[in-house]
Amino acid sequence: MSKKPVARKPDPSTTGHEWDGIREFDNPMPRWWLWTFYLTIIWGIGYTVLYPAWPLVNGVTHGLWGFSTRQEVAADIKAFADRNAPIEAKLVATNLTDIAKDPDLANYTQNAGHAIFLTWCAQCHGAGAGGAKGFPNLLDNDWLWGGTIDNIHTTITHGIRNTTDPDARFSQMPAFGEILTPEEIDQVANHVLAISGQPNDAGLAAAGTKIFADNCASCHGEDGKGNREFGAPNLTDAIWLYGGDPATIKETVTKARFGVMPAWQGRLTEAQIRAVASYVHGLGGGE
Amino acid sequence: MSEYIKLALLAAIAVLAAIAANRAHDLAFMVNALTIMAAAAVAFVWVLRTVDEPRPARLDEYNDGVVRAGAIATAFWGVVGFLVGVFIAFQLAFPQLNFGWAEGYMNFGKLRPLHTSAVIFAFGGNGLIMSSFYIVQRTSAARLWGGSLGWFVFWGYNLFIVLAASGYVLGATQSKEYAEPEWLADWWLTIVWVSFLVAFVGTLLKRREPHIYVANWFLLSFIVTIAMLHLVNNISIPVSFFGSKSVQAFSGVQDAMVQWWYGHNAVGFFLTAGFLGMMYYFVPKQAERPVYSYKLSIIHFWALIFLYIWAGPHHLHYTALPDWASTLGMVMSVILWMPSWGGMINGLMTLSGAWDKLRTDPVLRMMVVSIGFYGMSTFEGPMMSIKAVNSLSHYTDWTIGHVHSGALGWNGMITFGALYYLVPRLWGRDRLYSLSLVSWHFWLATIGIVLYAASMWVTGIMEGLMWREVDAQGFLVNAFADTVAAKHPMYVVRAIGGLMFLGGALVMAYNLWATVAKQPARAALAAPIPAE
Repeated sequence: MSKKPVARKPDPSTTGHEWDGIREFDNPMPRWWLWTFYLTIIWGIGYTVLYPAWPLVNGVTHGLWGFSTRQEVAADIKAFADRNAPIEAKLVATNLTDIAKDPDLANYTQNAGHAIFLTWCAQCHGAGAGGAKGFPNLLDNDWLWGGTIDNIHTTITHGIRNTTDPDARFSQMPAFGEILTPEEIDQVANHVLAISGQPNDAGLAAAGTKIFADNCASCHGEDGKGNREFGAPNLTDAIWLYGGDPATIKETVTKARFGVMPAWQGRLTEAQIRAVASYVHGLGGGE
Repeated sequence: MSEYIKLALLAAIAVLAAIAANRAHDLAFMVNALTIMAAAAVAFVWVLRTVDEPRPARLDEYNDGVVRAGAIATAFWGVVGFLVGVFIAFQLAFPQLNFGWAEGYMNFGKLRPLHTSAVIFAFGGNGLIMSSFYIVQRTSAARLWGGSLGWFVFWGYNLFIVLAASGYVLGATQSKEYAEPEWLADWWLTIVWVSFLVAFVGTLLKRREPHIYVANWFLLSFIVTIAMLHLVNNISIPVSFFGSKSVQAFSGVQDAMVQWWYGHNAVGFFLTAGFLGMMYYFVPKQAERPVYSYKLSIIHFWALIFLYIWAGPHHLHYTALPDWASTLGMVMSVILWMPSWGGMINGLMTLSGAWDKLRTDPVLRMMVVSIGFYGMSTFEGPMMSIKAVNSLSHYTDWTIGHVHSGALGWNGMITFGALYYLVPRLWGRDRLYSLSLVSWHFWLATIGIVLYAASMWVTGIMEGLMWREVDAQGFLVNAFADTVAAKHPMYVVRAIGGLMFLGGALVMAYNLWATVAKQPARAALAAPIPAE
């Protein structure tokens, strides 16, 4: 096959100007371009007539359709609020312990509580409620301040060790670095390792038994199983809020810990607090 | 005589800067003052060494020295800006890269404005100044006006970049996106920018052509509008003359509106009008074809600059901004679609009759792809400004993808094309060192951008949908952390795309260096101004 020479249209005329060798064709604007441009202008004029658009001296044009983003979002929120109002009223009126027995309430608190948890609680406790260092795991049955739904409701409502709610749960572990010598802290840490079933130095642990009884037992109990009155953790199990290795235990004893949780009353409604309390109670460890 | 005034001025600046450094209230200000002191001292010595030396008047030659310096700075800042971008992209994918030992200096929050400013203002700005000086001289057939004013603009602008960048890392910021530099750097930039305007307009006034070429309309609108935007958005009162902190004149929603009026027009006039100026010169030169339509260039120029200035409120849909402002921003943005595309049509159609060159000329291919990305992002932009689309796209990675298809695809590629065009000519070499390296650069950059934009579309739309997902009772389904976890794979893809783009830029830097270093020069470097 022989190549045919491509027939090329002759160049249109130029404007006659030239800059550094650059010339300009005198082509018209493409029609489709021009008409699309006109159409967008016409659409734009129509849109600004229908919607709030033009600033005036003492106000603005509100548009023929009276549209407002603020009214739109208020209507969205109101639609859900209206739909949920009866069940929320029922939720607030029901005893906390009876919520789980009512199928409607159980279903509602499961959904609403989950959403509230993801929005407000997941930052510290994790989206799956598994907790993190310093932030308790809510899936197990080890509770610092109690795991009944009433306990959980109180904790969420008032929070822990915050300065904003006078009814917040409160306790404070002393920093034993100012009370005990480093040797004594080493001994009591080995005692804690011993009662939690971890490898330890038996000699140090034996010496630590008396130190534990004198300094720690008043909150953590003679047997180290903790006391929910003070939010004092059980030291005999394998669950650790900050870590159960020797170095972390010594750090905890030396410097103490002061975990804070905000009070949610005022920020969440009573129905929301009840919903999230039921949700947490139902995660597996609820008592 | 003027040299002695310069010497006195530079000495005074150096001494004042030393005093300011001594009395500085914060580290960022002290480092800025020391930088100014060093710059003034170096300039002092330089002026002193050349004082009273006879200087031949070279009015018959173009001032290409400052363009050469601009080309080097553009390539250098490009690589720096892309490198920081790749690093912070990996930081987002792997947060462990926010090293503990570098906390407060190299964490994502500190490096992110460093990246955006390095790419937009250092790479893009030097590219624009370089191109402006080259184009205005060539299309006016006149030497750059103002003697060494062009050099002052070049060094002054790069000093501004160093002041701003060191300020960011040390904590001096106005916290306004793309307008982070504090008052001291802002004041300095004002002086530099006015000098830029004066040099540019001075050259235009001296032109030996009867008409002003279209590229210069765009460049002039860019210079004038950026001056206005910079002045208004940076109205602030310094807390002390020896500290970097200042207090903004506007607050609340007014501040937000002024900020995005600035922000969007930085896109409109810096990244669009300015780079269209580059496009209108380098594309017809590289294609060796006339510009497609003079009429189109007039209409789309005036429509573009009239409409862009209104579009800022589309950054503030569904916020405290009143609905009427939101509507106007959206409507003007949609009408802006065709005026933006006018530039694309004029660029692409300039190739009609020369399409075959795309097979053989990778530099032209780069320019054409850049115009393609320009067309894509100037369609995507108006679409994203529509409230209903924006309610999904806003605050998501879609915006990041949009910005990068514009910045990497359009601004990056057209600047690379300009550098490939300029470097052999500026240094008097017959050709580029290697066209196949240009092809490598082209493909690395293009595939890199595609990976970047596609991954950001996926994560952006995904997280937008996850954020708004509610169950039948109106409760949110996903935690914010769930969306972050879901985005991880796409963050890795994005970082790899960025890495490829950086790799392409390094190939270009080598190729440009080799063009000058490994090839013989023609006898005379100076470019004479052609006689009429």
